[in-house]
Amino acid sequence: MVGLHKSEFANPVINWIDTRLPIFTMMQKEYGVFPTPKNFNYFWNFGALAMVNLVIMIVTGIVLAMNYKPDAALAFDSVQRIMRDVNFGWMIRYVHANGASMFFIVTYIHLFRGLYYGSYKMPRELLWMIGVVILLLMMATAFMGYVLPWGQMSYWGATVITNLFSAIPVVGNSIVTWLWGGFAVGDATLNRFFSLHYLLPFVLVGVVFLHVAALHITGSNNPLGIEVKGPQDTLPFHPYYTVKDSVGICVFLLVFAVLVFFVPNFFSSPDNFIPANPLATPAEIVPEWYFLPFYAILRSVPNKLGGVMMMFGSIAVLFVLPWLDTSKVRSCKFRPVYRQFLFLLVIAVITLGTVGAHRPEGIWVYLGRVATLYYFLHFLVILPVLGKLERTLPLPESISRKVLPGGGGPLPGGAAAKPMEKM
Amino acid sequence: MADTMTVNGAHGAGGPGATKRDFLKLVASAGAVIGVGAIAWPLIDSMNPSADVLALSSVEVDLTPIAEGSGITVLWRGKPIFVRHRTAKEIKEAEDVKLSALIEPQADSARVKAGHAQWIVVIGICTHLGCIPLGNKPTDPRGDYGGWFCPCHGSQYDTSGRVRHGPAPLNLNLPDYAFESNTKIKIG
Ligand code: HEM
Ligand code: FES
Repeated sequence: MVGLHKSEFANPVINWIDTRLPIFTMMQKEYGVFPTPKNFNYFWNFGALAMVNLVIMIVTGIVLAMNYKPDAALAFDSVQRIMRDVNFGWMIRYVHANGASMFFIVTYIHLFRGLYYGSYKMPRELLWMIGVVILLLMMATAFMGYVLPWGQMSYWGATVITNLFSAIPVVGNSIVTWLWGGFAVGDATLNRFFSLHYLLPFVLVGVVFLHVAALHITGSNNPLGIEVKGPQDTLPFHPYYTVKDSVGICVFLLVFAVLVFFVPNFFSSPDNFIPANPLATPAEIVPEWYFLPFYAILRSVPNKLGGVMMMFGSIAVLFVLPWLDTSKVRSCKFRPVYRQFLFLLVIAVITLGTVGAHRPEGIWVYLGRVATLYYFLHFLVILPVLGKLERTLPLPESISRKVLPGGGGPLPGGAAAKPMEKM
Repeated sequence: MADTMTVNGAHGAGGPGATKRDFLKLVASAGAVIGVGAIAWPLIDSMNPSADVLALSSVEVDLTPIAEGSGITVLWRGKPIFVRHRTAKEIKEAEDVKLSALIEPQADSARVKAGHAQWIVVIGICTHLGCIPLGNKPTDPRGDYGGWFCPCHGSQYDTSGRVRHGPAPLNLNLPDYAFESNTKIKIG
């Protein structure tokens, strides 16, 4: 019949559905036989881990919302009730709270993988940019989620972060009042943050779908950073990578469980055990650990507007990274000099994270400034220049040549003639 | 199709190549944009402060219990207001500063009500990122200028509430208030 899909599934029920709505064919194509480079290392687990994490956050979040009350007078107590009275409430809350930290650990490693193996380069620029959008959405979601328990750190974190927008000339203060729905962070703010905190993860699901859709057009990068040349370079996603991902998921869940059951408050601030008090700022306001590097950049600039712009700029450079890096070679394996600079960048970011957790006094001020300077130098100066100057190592002919002893058989005609792949 | 319509401007005026279809497209898109804007505005404006929030407009403060050298915090529209009773020394310090030494130059006389120089009334929100500075109690840290000290990022204010040390860019804001008598003010 015209328009019906010709399904290959033997099971009559699946076949009947698949003929009318070919989702089984699609799953088989995208996750079953999907040709995947055969040389993945464990860094390639973290995308799947992030997906599992997102599902965990959504499931625990929906259950928490059944007992949570988004009202400035009730929120703190409703969370205490979840911790003490609701069956397994403590566990669900600890999974959700620590899940946010796990999510950022996983995503930051995923992002580092992209930096190290040059996954952001042609033709994966858009895939990378969608990833940065995911990162921004995650940050917004996590920030608003942290406000919900309505402790001191929730309240003052919300105050400081929303006030960032007051740095915008002319309209800044009106924007902040609009964000608050009042003249200070209060009931209206809490209510709308709850609404948005519920919404954004589902937006994330949509954007992650686009991320994966884009990935399945370009295909995955791999540790060698050279393109797949043919079937001899790939394996079907199932069972090879479903199994490899499962190993990663087990380790991930193990670490997660240790956090939840043995050190559930490892990442939390004691001030958030005190109910929000609009009349007293805690002695020290420290954001959640995953925001610390950005917070340190904010504070390293002694000018309000300048600090805010640098902070947003630190993410904006990631958007244009595919065009800042002028090197044609993707993987750090073949870029010995870039690799040193990338490790410097990691050190700078960790330094910034440490600086963000300390009062801006003495040595911390200088460390923060040096690390901020390096962060921007790395992206804006070193990457564009280095790409032109660096002598990269010779690239292997193909993935299978490098991976299999004896090179996995002769290559089809043309490809074998090229000694070195340049995109 | 569009080509057939351009024949010698048969369908009205316009620049070379402009057709009636271009015009219709323009009008239709403009109409759609205005329509979407008209629908979006109520949704956006609903997030601004509501009537009941705006209605909590004024509070009265009795000044008699405030000892010289200390201040109190009252809540007005959800914001903390500092009402501080300055000592003669603090007043003199605030008045004697050269305006050129200030980050946001403003004379002390412009920040207090005439004849009530011992009372400084400011919105107690740091103009950096909104923390509440310390300094109302004489035992609080007050910074190098004797006014207020913000624990968040280290801004310092003098006894007139003017910023003397960053990162805060501006002086503490002044609320609308008036003296109802010598010992009572009305804020808002
Ligand atoms: C909620 C967060 C995220 C989820 C669920 C997610 C999911 C995934 C998945 C499942 C893959 C394929 C598996 C893999 O190669 O590891 C992938 C690939 C990729 N992701 Fe993400 N991702 C997230 C965040 C990000 C972020 C923040 C970035 C970068 C800023 C990013 C950049 C990339 C790139 C460049 C690829 C292709 C990499 C390659 O094949 O080498 N992703 N992502
Ligand atoms: S909020 Fe006061 S110094 Fe930053």
